[in-house]
Amino acid sequence: MTSIPLGPPRRLIEFTLDGEPVRTPEGSTVLDACRAAGKDVPTLCEGDTLRPKNACRVCVVEVEGARTLAPACSRRAEPGMEVRTDTERTRHSRKLVLELLASSVDLSTTPRAAEWIEEYGAEPDRFGPDAARLGESPRIDNDLYVRDYDKCILCYKCVDACGDQWQNTFAISVAGRGFDARIAVEHDAPLTDSACVYCGNCIEVCPTGALSFKSEFDMRAAGTWDEERQTETTTVCAYCGVGCNLTLHVQDNEIVKVTSPHDNPVTHGNLCIKGRFGYQHVQNRD
Amino acid sequence: MKKRDRDTRNYTRLTHPLVRDHRNGPLRRASWDEALARAADGFRTARVEHGPDAFAMLSCARATNEMNYVAQKFTRVVMGTNNVDSCNRTCHAPSVAGLSAVFGSGGGTSSYAEVEHTDLIVMWGSNARFAHPIFFQHVLKGIRSGARMYAVDPRRTDTAQWAESWLGPNVGTDIPLAHAVGREIIRAGLHNTAFIERATSGFEDYRALVEPWTLSLAEKVTGVPAAAIRDLAHAYATAERAQLCWTLGITEHHNGTDNVRALINLALLTGHVGRFGSGVQPLRGQNNVQGGGDMGAIPNRLPGFQDILDDEHRAKFERAWDTVIPPRYGMTLTDMFEAMEHGTLRAVYCIGENPAQSEADSEQAMRRLQALDHLVVQDIFLTRTAEMADVVLPATASWAETDGTTTNSERRVQRVRAALAPPGEAREDIDIICEVAERLGHDWKFADAEAVWDELRSLSPDHFGMTYGRLEEHQGLQWPCPDPELLPSSFLHGRLWAADPGERGRAAPFGLVEHDPPVDLTDEEFPIRLTTGRRLDSYNTGVQSGSFASPLRRGEYVELCPEDAERYGVTVGEQVRVASRRGTVEAPVWVDPGLRPGLAFMTMHFPDEVDTNSLTIEANCPIAGTAEFKASAIRIEKLPVPAARSHQG
Repeated sequence: MTSIPLGPPRRLIEFTLDGEPVRTPEGSTVLDACRAAGKDVPTLCEGDTLRPKNACRVCVVEVEGARTLAPACSRRAEPGMEVRTDTERTRHSRKLVLELLASSVDLSTTPRAAEWIEEYGAEPDRFGPDAARLGESPRIDNDLYVRDYDKCILCYKCVDACGDQWQNTFAISVAGRGFDARIAVEHDAPLTDSACVYCGNCIEVCPTGALSFKSEFDMRAAGTWDEERQTETTTVCAYCGVGCNLTLHVQDNEIVKVTSPHDNPVTHGNLCIKGRFGYQHVQNRD
Repeated sequence: MKKRDRDTRNYTRLTHPLVRDHRNGPLRRASWDEALARAADGFRTARVEHGPDAFAMLSCARATNEMNYVAQKFTRVVMGTNNVDSCNRTCHAPSVAGLSAVFGSGGGTSSYAEVEHTDLIVMWGSNARFAHPIFFQHVLKGIRSGARMYAVDPRRTDTAQWAESWLGPNVGTDIPLAHAVGREIIRAGLHNTAFIERATSGFEDYRALVEPWTLSLAEKVTGVPAAAIRDLAHAYATAERAQLCWTLGITEHHNGTDNVRALINLALLTGHVGRFGSGVQPLRGQNNVQGGGDMGAIPNRLPGFQDILDDEHRAKFERAWDTVIPPRYGMTLTDMFEAMEHGTLRAVYCIGENPAQSEADSEQAMRRLQALDHLVVQDIFLTRTAEMADVVLPATASWAETDGTTTNSERRVQRVRAALAPPGEAREDIDIICEVAERLGHDWKFADAEAVWDELRSLSPDHFGMTYGRLEEHQGLQWPCPDPELLPSSFLHGRLWAADPGERGRAAPFGLVEHDPPVDLTDEEFPIRLTTGRRLDSYNTGVQSGSFASPLRRGEYVELCPEDAERYGVTVGEQVRVASRRGTVEAPVWVDPGLRPGLAFMTMHFPDEVDTNSLTIEANCPIAGTAEFKASAIRIEKLPVPAARSHQG
C-alpha cells in the first residue's frame, strides 16, 4: 500500500541571533526564528497565511556582511549567519518607516502601532501638516464591508488574499502608480458593481482596519466597540458540510465579527459569505 | 438590473414553548412543563394504541453528534423502534448507500488536503465554487500546483470555469457518460489490472455491461462530444493520483445510488482509491449530515456504522442501553412520508428539520404532515413545519449556543462551542429530549455534551480514540480513530492495496447499474428540463441565510439560456408562469449563458416567495430514498405584462 508522504525531513540549522545561538528548521525565515526565540519584531505586511510581500519594511534586521537591512519576514535563515534585531540601524530604519506611514495614513485602528511609535521614538508630525494624506471618507456601499482607504498602507495583503493565493476572485488590485497607487476594484467602482463575492478574506488579513466589517465600523463610530468586553469562541459553521471553523467575537451576547483560525486545516483562515456574515438569524430574538 | 421589492419572510427566534389546544386551533404559549407533558403524552398514546412503529424521529443534520446520538437512543430505547432518519435522505443518502455497498463504510475516502496534492480532479455534478467555497479553495490550490480539473455538469458553472475541460451531459445521463468513460479506459488498456484482480469483484460483468457504451452512442445519449469523453477517460486513467468528487448533481436523482456506483466503478477500474491523493469524495451539504448518520440517526445503522441486522452489534447496544432493539431496519424519511399517507405513522418528533418546505412535491408533504395525530417540532424558528405542530419546543442554535461536535465531509470530527446565551426560555436539544424521555419512564442523566460523547466512544470503536481533549489539540480528528494515542490516516481503504489477502478484506464490487432516464419526461407540453441547486450566498430553504444583508442576493428567478429566453419572448426580470405536471409558480426570468437550450435552473432558497419544490417530482431512489430534485419537466408561460413592468428589466 502507498504510505503517506511526509515530505523530506527538515533539518535544523544553527545561526546566531542577537549574539545567542539558535536552531530553526531549514527553510524557515529569520522572523520565524525570532518568534520562536521570543523576540518581538514588529510586522505589518507579513501574513501568516500569505507569501511575504516585503512591502512595509518595518521588520528589518541587520545581517552581518549584508550591505542593506533585510526584511525578517522573507529572509531565509541560513547556517552560520549572524543576525541582529535591535541595533542603531534597525531602530533608525523602523522609526523612519513608522514616521512615513503614520504621517500619510491613519493608524488609529492598527493594533500596536501607537506602542511601536513610542518604542521607536517616531515623530510622524515632523513632516508638517501638509504630509500627503488621501483625505477620503470611508466608502460604505454595502451592508457587509467598509473600505477606509485613509487607513491603507498598501501592503497588498488583501490583493493577495483575493487573488491567486486564496480566493481567486481577483476583485481588487492596485490601481495607479507612485503616489497615486491605491487598492481598488475594477474602474474604482462601488463594491456592489465589482466581482466581489463578499467572503471577507481580505478583511481577515488587513493589518490596519482599512477594510472592516460594517458591524465593527458602526460600533466604533457609535463608540460601543470594546474588545475588552468581547469573547472569542471557535465553533463550526452550520452552512455546508465542509466544516469551516468560525471564531465568533461576541460582545453583550451579540456576534459582532466572525474570523477563522489561520492555522486551521480546513479553512487556513478563509471563509465564504455565509460563514462570515450569515449569523444574524440566531440573534433575531424578538 | 433594478432590485425587486421582495417580501422576504424574516424568521425570529422561538423563545418559549407553544401548544395547540385542538386540531384547528391556534398555537398558544405554554410552560415547559405543560409542553413537555403534552409532547410525551402524544408519543405514549401513539405507542400504546398503534405500536412503537407508529412513531418516527426526524433528527437534525445540522445539530451536533451528541444530539443525534441522544435522538436515536430516544427512538430506539424510549419508543422501541428504528424509525429515525434525517434530511440527509434528501441529499447524500445515495452517496452513503453507494460507498457502503462498495467499501463497507459510508464516508468520502480522502481528505481536503489530498486535493492539493493530486494530479487530476474530477468535479462531477458539483458546483463547489458556490456550494462548498472553502473546499474549492483546496481544489484551487491543487490546480495552482499543477493538477488538471475536469468539470462534469449540465450547467457551465463557476466551477466549470476553472476546468481544463467541461463536459455538459444532458440531465440524468451520468450513467451512460460514466460507462462510456469506463469502456474507453478498458478499450485503451488503461485499467489497473493488478488492482482489479486483487481488490475488486465483478469486473468481467462490468466489462460486458459497459461494452455497448461506445463513445458515439454516449455522445448521442449524453450530448457530450465523443472526443471530450475520450479525453476525460484517458486523463483519469493515466493520472498518477486522481480525486473524483461529486455533489447533489449525482445524488438527487431517482436512481442516485446507481449514479454513485457508476462513478465509484471508475475509481475501482483505475485504482484511484485507498492511496494518498487518490480517492472518491462526496461533498456533503450540511454541517453534520455525515455525523448524523455516523451517530446512528439513520434507520439501518447503530452508532458507529454498526448494522442493526448484525446480532453481535445489537447485543452490545442492548447490554449498554438495557433494552431490546428490533432486529429490522426502520423507515427512511421517504418511507415515513408514505406511511403518513397510509396512516401507519401517527406521531413524529421533528428536531430542526423543515420537511414541509424541503421535501420534493411540497404540497403533498404538507398534506401528509397534517394527517398525523401528533407532531412535535423542536426548532429555533417557527418554520412552516412548526406552524403545523401540536407542540413546539424552542431549542438552542447548535453551532453557536451549544457544546458538542460535528463531523465534516472529510470525516473530521470537530468541536462546536457555545458562544451565545440562548434567547428566552430556549433550551438545549439534549436537555429537551431527556426531559421527554423522563416523562416516558427513562431517567437519563448526562452531565454535559462530553458525557454523551464518552458514552458514544465506549460503543463505537471508530470514535474511541477521539477524546474532547484530543479534538481540541489537533483541531479535529478524522474517523476511523480507534486509538487514543495514534493519529488516524487521512484516507480510507488503504487495505485494498495490501499484499496479504486477509488484510485486504472484502473485495470491492463493481456496481452493475443500468441507465435509467429521469422519470419526469420532457415532451411537447413540458419541453424544458428544470434542474435545481444552490447559490453562493444562500442556503437551503433560506431560514438561516435570509436574515443577513447579502449584496449578492437577488431572490428567486427561473434561469434560462439566452436562446430559450428569445424563443419564449421573455426578458430579464419579466414575471412568467412556470408549470410542471405537479404545480405552478410565478417567477421572474434570469438569463444565464451557462445554460443551454432546453435547460432551466432554479433554487429552493426562497420558498416563501417562489415554492420551487411544488414543481419538483417525488420520484425516489429505491435504495436510498432520495427524490429527483435535479430533473423535472416544465414549461414557461408568458404572462400578460403590464406596460410599466416591461421596461424594468
